[in-house]
Amino acid sequence: MRGWSSGYAPARRGGSYRHYDPSGSPPENVCARVVIGLPAGRASASRAERESATGDVTLRDSSSPRGQAQRRTRRSTVLTLAAASTLAACSDVGQNALDPAGPFAQAPHDLIIPVAILALVVFVLVQGLVIYTSWRFRQKPGDDALPAQVHGNTKLEIVWTIIPALILAVIAVPTVRGIFELSTEPDGDHLVVEVVGHRWWFEFYYPEHDIYTANELVIPAETPVRLEMTSGDPSRQVSDAVIHSFWIPQLAGKQDIEPGRTTTLNIQADEPGRYLGMCAEFCGLSHANMRIRAVAKTSAEFDAWVEAQTTPAAEPTGELATRGRDLFGDLGDRQACASCHQVWEDGSRSPSQAPDLTHLMSRSEFAGAIHDLTEENLRAWLRDPGSMKAMSYELDGIGMPNLDLSEDEIDALVAYLMTLE
Amino acid sequence: MSSTTETRTFRPSSGRGPLSWLGTTDHKRIGILYFWTTLAFFTLGGAESWAIRLQLAQAESSVISEEIYNQVFTMHGLTMVFLVVMPMSAAFFNYLIPLMIGARDVAFPRLNAFSYWVYLFGGIFLYSSFFLGGAPAGAWVGYAPLSTGVAQNMGFYAVGLQLLGVSSLAAAVNFIVTILNMRAPGMTFMRMPVFIWMSLVTNFLLLFAMPIIAVALFMLQFDTLFGAQFFQPATGGDPLLYQHLFWLFGHPEVYIMVLPAMGIVSEILPVGSRKPLFGYAAVVFAGAAIGFIGFGVWAHHMFTTSLGPVPRSAFALTTMFIAVPTGIKIFNWVFTMWGGKIRFTTPMLFSVGFVSMFTIGGLSGVTHAIVPHNAQQHDTYYVVAHFHYVLFGGALFGLIAGMYFWFPKVTGKLMNERLGKWHFWTWLLGFNLTFGPMHMSGLLGQPRRTAVLPAELGGSVELYNLLSTIGVGVLTVSALVFLANLLTSLRSGAPAGDDPWDARTLEWLTASPPAHHNFDTVPTVTERDEFWHRKYAESEDGSMVAVPSGASDGGADDDAEDEHIHMPDASLWPFLACLGLFPFAYGLVFVNPPVIVAGLLWFVIGLFGWIHEPLAEGDDDPVDADTAADHTH
Repeated sequence: MRGWSSGYAPARRGGSYRHYDPSGSPPENVCARVVIGLPAGRASASRAERESATGDVTLRDSSSPRGQAQRRTRRSTVLTLAAASTLAACSDVGQNALDPAGPFAQAPHDLIIPVAILALVVFVLVQGLVIYTSWRFRQKPGDDALPAQVHGNTKLEIVWTIIPALILAVIAVPTVRGIFELSTEPDGDHLVVEVVGHRWWFEFYYPEHDIYTANELVIPAETPVRLEMTSGDPSRQVSDAVIHSFWIPQLAGKQDIEPGRTTTLNIQADEPGRYLGMCAEFCGLSHANMRIRAVAKTSAEFDAWVEAQTTPAAEPTGELATRGRDLFGDLGDRQACASCHQVWEDGSRSPSQAPDLTHLMSRSEFAGAIHDLTEENLRAWLRDPGSMKAMSYELDGIGMPNLDLSEDEIDALVAYLMTLE
Repeated sequence: MSSTTETRTFRPSSGRGPLSWLGTTDHKRIGILYFWTTLAFFTLGGAESWAIRLQLAQAESSVISEEIYNQVFTMHGLTMVFLVVMPMSAAFFNYLIPLMIGARDVAFPRLNAFSYWVYLFGGIFLYSSFFLGGAPAGAWVGYAPLSTGVAQNMGFYAVGLQLLGVSSLAAAVNFIVTILNMRAPGMTFMRMPVFIWMSLVTNFLLLFAMPIIAVALFMLQFDTLFGAQFFQPATGGDPLLYQHLFWLFGHPEVYIMVLPAMGIVSEILPVGSRKPLFGYAAVVFAGAAIGFIGFGVWAHHMFTTSLGPVPRSAFALTTMFIAVPTGIKIFNWVFTMWGGKIRFTTPMLFSVGFVSMFTIGGLSGVTHAIVPHNAQQHDTYYVVAHFHYVLFGGALFGLIAGMYFWFPKVTGKLMNERLGKWHFWTWLLGFNLTFGPMHMSGLLGQPRRTAVLPAELGGSVELYNLLSTIGVGVLTVSALVFLANLLTSLRSGAPAGDDPWDARTLEWLTASPPAHHNFDTVPTVTERDEFWHRKYAESEDGSMVAVPSGASDGGADDDAEDEHIHMPDASLWPFLACLGLFPFAYGLVFVNPPVIVAGLLWFVIGLFGWIHEPLAEGDDDPVDADTAADHTH
């Protein structure tokens, strides 16, 4: 039906989408397995495993007093079944909006907790009233007399108009204050990062340091970061510009990214760590495959990262990698990698149509952060990108085309890409 | 009038053959058509929800591809909103409005048929997209500029919804005129049943909201099919304009879907409790207030867009404000039951279920108004949970209550109570099992409209999703119980009599099923709950006693000669004219001007035939000699 629908086969998705290497056996999800015996074999690597693999990330200490207190609060606000809330407490975090990790996520959280408690009280009262009324005033067998024909009660009407209105008025005050506080630019020293939403990946530009990177937003911990966001870039590709939404729940609520406008969002991570997020506004075919990671580093680690990123890509050594570099710039009558991707070697930097690959291997995931950046995955990606991420290159030029690379060419290109550290 | 005999030859008679349905103008038969059509579309929408839930039952699963998933969730939303809940309400409007106000039909019977055929053809047109290059895949909101892209197939969306909008608009005009002009003598506004009040408010909402989405859809259609630039920022267009237009329609639309159910429940709770509605005036004015304020809250769907803090605050306040009239209604419903002698028949169970489930949706709605935290909830499964508690736990529970309640009126038979109770309890369980866990999966970070449940969200999110999928299984079983009940009761339900529930409103005054002309004598109304007051009178000590049969003064005209009752003629023209919409709509989607013109011509010729169709029975009114003379010259 569509040219690109044959480009990726759903079957390849099954089993291990994230872990292309079938020999890798991801750890089972203990929490879920104990409770209901979920088939856990399909679950991808847990966060802990990925973090230990990347090495430079510290797990936030969930046994700290603050972490425990948060979990207690969280449990008390759960609106669903008691059993379900117990399960929530043993969750392996993911991108949990109930577990803020910085001031811009904490403020909305502190606002919603009292409202949730209030809503819970109203819920119990109203449902209790409904159940009590239903039970108490049910018709008893043999009782056919009509009840008293009451038509209403003005005093009651006034009471249940005024009381909810007062409750809402009380809630409204901190809400409005919160709206204004969260929208202002942070005081003092903060980092500015420009975010561009593309289909289907995020581009990050650090104007202060002239750094381009993709998918992984590296930030210093304990420092406010101001994101200035827009979508697509008409000068690069018109049809790319659609609405996205930037959302890393532990760092801040979401903010839409709109073409033709710049929106802003404050985020901050109080502790070093790796925070997960996703595009939260439907943006077409591969919307589900447009993930974000914020990697918060200590200030020393962050400075080291900036130092590395502002260094041009090194000249590859070795025959294979050198051949790969040549192929990167020239694939004969096929479109060259370099026509969309940039590897910065000298001169000034500029944005490219597809993710900047200058320091590709400093990142741990690729393809919208849905695949671990391993040699096997890279190889599979070059062989047939459409099999690893749904894209519509043939239809509307969005995504990466299949370049019909030979195995030799793939070997050379992968060897080259692996040098881009 | 000599042409009368000739035209009658190709015109459907008032007979009962299968073909007579094509030309019917009887509001009751059109209501029945609406009912079965919505049930068919509900089945399709339910199948789509199965595809969604199977895909999300497990993390990283790929039962269907992203391409298909995006089409399926888009069509699920469109189907349930435009092809199920709205027309299901229209089925009730059609069948009940004339009966409840003591009229013999709607004001414009052929326009009524026209509304139905446009709805049916619009639905078929929308679904044909699956076979013509793919169904719309830009979500039911169809946000531009994504929706203008070639990959989203949104031509069918723009044109299909436009057709459905025309259907709703025509119906809205019809029902408003009917309610305002055709009430039985003595039925003042404050004696109207609450269902009629809520129908009136709903149809005014339709009248004012549908033109707004019509504008948005025209602009989208021009952007998508003809390369206009309304929403393209690169050439000076504005993507946010579409969102404003869509939600300025879209929020009243929520009340368009819920108010009819509120009206239905306001009729059933008094009957089931054997008491009048508590605070009739408060319920009516709260409903009207919801209608007004409903136009002032649209931007709460856009709290995460580039709106600044001032509009965010303003819409937070209006959104909180609209909870007040909703709360008034809920308390009045509960106090209608308070002090009653409640008989828990199936319609009553669904009505109480409505009050209970809708309250949950209302409370989660208030949490959306906390704008800073809305940024965490927006576009997650928390929102999916919320609006299903409003539209499924609310609108659908109310509509199902109405089906059980009025089935005896429509068929003269009772539905099976035992199956009905099985239906209710499994429905309640399945509903909460499906949508309750979504509150949690949303807060734990699961965005909506993603074709994959990412494993990185964690085990508890996967568990909640599995529970939701199991819930759909329970709902499916429950729906089958309902269908079995419906079909067996149609065939062999126990005879209902004219008034099985000891009800209060005029439709129960006439036979079950009602005759073609509804009432032999149009009743004169002297009370709110007129029919109840004809059955019961107040004794000296203020308690109610049954009025002995035949002692009612309401039927003073009962002995009157059954005069010839003039009923609207059947007509094939609405059906024939609407057939032309097919070539017109396909021509628009595939940008084929000759086909567009052909379809348009067909439609206009159909309207021409419609206008010139003479009366089949001749005019009973004495012809004024002067007027007749004017005509001949």
